[in-house]
Amino acid sequence: MTTSLAALAAPREDYSYAFLDAYAKRELRRRTLKAIAIPGYQVPYASRELPIARGWGTGGLQVTLSLVGPESVIKVIDQGADDSVNAANLRRFITRMSGAATTTDALQATIIQSRHRIPEEVLQENQALVLQVPDPEPLRAVQSDSSKAHEMHADADYGQMWLVLYEQLVRYKQYIQGASYPSLVNGRYVISPSPIPRWDTPKLHQSPHLTLLSAGREKRLYAVPPYTDVRPLEFEDIPFQVEDQRGWICQHTGAQNKFMNEIPLADGTAAYELSDTGYMEKLSAEANGSTRGATYYDDEGNFYHAGYLKPPVQPD
Amino acid sequence: MPVILNHLSNLIDAPRLVTQTPLLRASGLKKQYGRITAVDDVSLEVYSGEVLGIVGESGSGKSTVLRLLNLEENVEAGDYRLNISGLEAINLFTLARFQRREVQTHHIGIVYQNPHLGLRMRYTSSGNVAERLLITGERRFATLREAARVSLAASEFPLNRMDDPPRVLSGGMQQRVQLAKAIALEPKVLLLDEPTTGLDVSVQALVLDTLKRLQRERHLAIVIVSHDLGVIRTLADRVMVMRHGRVVETGLTDQVLEDPQDAYTQQLVHAKL
Amino acid sequence: MPLLQVTGFTKSFHVDHLQREIAVFADIEFTLEPGQFLLVSGPNGTGKSTLLRCLYRTYRPSAGSALYESRHGTIDLARAADVDIALLRRKEIGFVTQFLRPRPRVSALELVAEPLLGAGNSLADAEPQARDMLATFGLKPELWSAYPTMFSGGEQQRVNLARALIYPRRVLLLDEPTASLDVKARASLTGRLAELKQQGVAMIGVFHYPQEIQHLLDGEIYLKNATALPESEMVEHVVE
Repeated sequence: MTTSLAALAAPREDYSYAFLDAYAKRELRRRTLKAIAIPGYQVPYASRELPIARGWGTGGLQVTLSLVGPESVIKVIDQGADDSVNAANLRRFITRMSGAATTTDALQATIIQSRHRIPEEVLQENQALVLQVPDPEPLRAVQSDSSKAHEMHADADYGQMWLVLYEQLVRYKQYIQGASYPSLVNGRYVISPSPIPRWDTPKLHQSPHLTLLSAGREKRLYAVPPYTDVRPLEFEDIPFQVEDQRGWICQHTGAQNKFMNEIPLADGTAAYELSDTGYMEKLSAEANGSTRGATYYDDEGNFYHAGYLKPPVQPD
Repeated sequence: MPVILNHLSNLIDAPRLVTQTPLLRASGLKKQYGRITAVDDVSLEVYSGEVLGIVGESGSGKSTVLRLLNLEENVEAGDYRLNISGLEAINLFTLARFQRREVQTHHIGIVYQNPHLGLRMRYTSSGNVAERLLITGERRFATLREAARVSLAASEFPLNRMDDPPRVLSGGMQQRVQLAKAIALEPKVLLLDEPTTGLDVSVQALVLDTLKRLQRERHLAIVIVSHDLGVIRTLADRVMVMRHGRVVETGLTDQVLEDPQDAYTQQLVHAKL
Repeated sequence: MPLLQVTGFTKSFHVDHLQREIAVFADIEFTLEPGQFLLVSGPNGTGKSTLLRCLYRTYRPSAGSALYESRHGTIDLARAADVDIALLRRKEIGFVTQFLRPRPRVSALELVAEPLLGAGNSLADAEPQARDMLATFGLKPELWSAYPTMFSGGEQQRVNLARALIYPRRVLLLDEPTASLDVKARASLTGRLAELKQQGVAMIGVFHYPQEIQHLLDGEIYLKNATALPESEMVEHVVE
């Protein structure tokens, strides 16, 4: 009896599981472990070619692909929205290459890949947040020479970062850095927390979930492990402030004290809606029995770590 | 009785009345750039409250000596000590980069001829001064403002302009900002690299006067490099003349300028006067 | 031991581009006691000022010694370390010329107070003394806070003397301090010098009109024309 060659060979596959080959995934996992071991330290890695362009989330995507398994539940958001073209494309690609399930519910997901937002509901220990990072180097603005910037990180020489804040206070009487507010991780490394709004920066502090930040074009990834201190840079006598959106009410749900998108209206005024579409969906569907988790900011705007955010002080 | 002329010129005793240890002692400094020896076996001592001038033409190695004293560069050979508690026994050139930065930050101030080397031209003047305190870990905004005010006032900088960036200031004002920055952490050593070159004569005189007052009030050990003998005469107690990376003569300022012993110094002095 | 004992004191300038030694004086010998006032005399060009400058170390003596009994011990001014000389200049040995080096935007009062500040006195201490000195030398009070860069020669000279004589030295080297002074100022100066002598300050001076201070003199160092004579004949005389 003869066996055909075709019967002996493994079935043909066009791609490895989760697209990346085993060696690439192994390298990424090693780099990720190193990043978790040294919170805030930027670990270089070999960024692979992907079927999307650099600058469209390839850093986050590679980390997600190295973590994903058939039992994973994936949520992908872009500026808070699950339904943007970019988020939808990434989600479809990840599930097609891995067989993972998808969700828009922040609490159901095991891996959340995000561009520029952290969900409003408090993430939990079994969850990983993967943030896409365009520019991982917080010192870029003050030191264009990257080898000098490395030395500065090694020496924890962050005086110039504070100088930038000093200049802002002198000129504008407040910290004007909007997104990507530089923060000190575990008392050691200053990171650029991707361009998440200031509103989201405190959410990284002592959080139950793991945060991985990855820049595909710049080939660097770094991490904020669970339960790690993250402090936005601030002067002792002039506390850091999140965006002041008091009085902004979501036009769809009536929610307040969550991060809002501002929608300019023809008459020159503005309407507002929740930036986190998954959370908005939940609020709308609440009548139908959907369960809502605890949020980082309560309905009065109080942050869940009491005392972490301080009342504003005007510099002299 | 035949007199052996000039037999005293090389016979100078070691200090006997001044018994304190010099604040700054450097010996056998040697620095090479490729095949060029920029500084060759240079030794110098400066006491607290004293101003040492270094003169010489371009390329004589005088600015390189200053950069070495500021621990900006490595030497091929040499020993450099500051008589500051905890540092006396250490050749500063043996320190690691991180420790050097500590010494530089806390004990040495420098003013460059070119303000672009010493200042961030687009930041506020007060911020340029405050940065020194930020490096040492000061994190109170009000403290930084006050320290900037105090140092700028000591440098006779008009405080109503403290938040103007140096790029909109005159050359004399820029040098005052550099000076305020240099003294912000109350260092023991102040290094001045042609601090008034390129300024109008009257502005130059004012800056020199501020320097003189600071030197007297703070009892600094100052090393000033200049090719301008007028500046040196105004400020320096002693002078070291350099040529081709070597020291050709040292002496009291008036003596070197009025009775130079070395042939080269004679040329230099006569060329400038 | 006298305050200052000078032996074999010799000065010549070596001018390199001329390849020449220019002899000024040789083998000078004299002693100076506290409170003594010696006049340096001799024809023009015999190195009277040069002698003072060699003692002050503005010029490097070529040979000989000048043993000075400082408060901290005996030291040879001819070969003392530069920092020792600098210390003596701040604390013990003063040099008085006829020229002031005014600096822009430094007032007369500040200029006069400076030697006291340099010696470690406080400003509160130094200012009244500076006023006294300016009054002694007859500078009009309305000029005290003004900048001497704008002063006339005579006014500058008064500031200069006040500055030179404010800090109590043990030895004063006076290089024609009265030249270009008017009669009244010359009288103040002579009065001040008499006072200092009384306090034990030793002085060596070159004067254009020595008759004014004749009554203060204890002796004379006479310099013959050096360049005209062989070196061995360049001798000095101290007339007691």
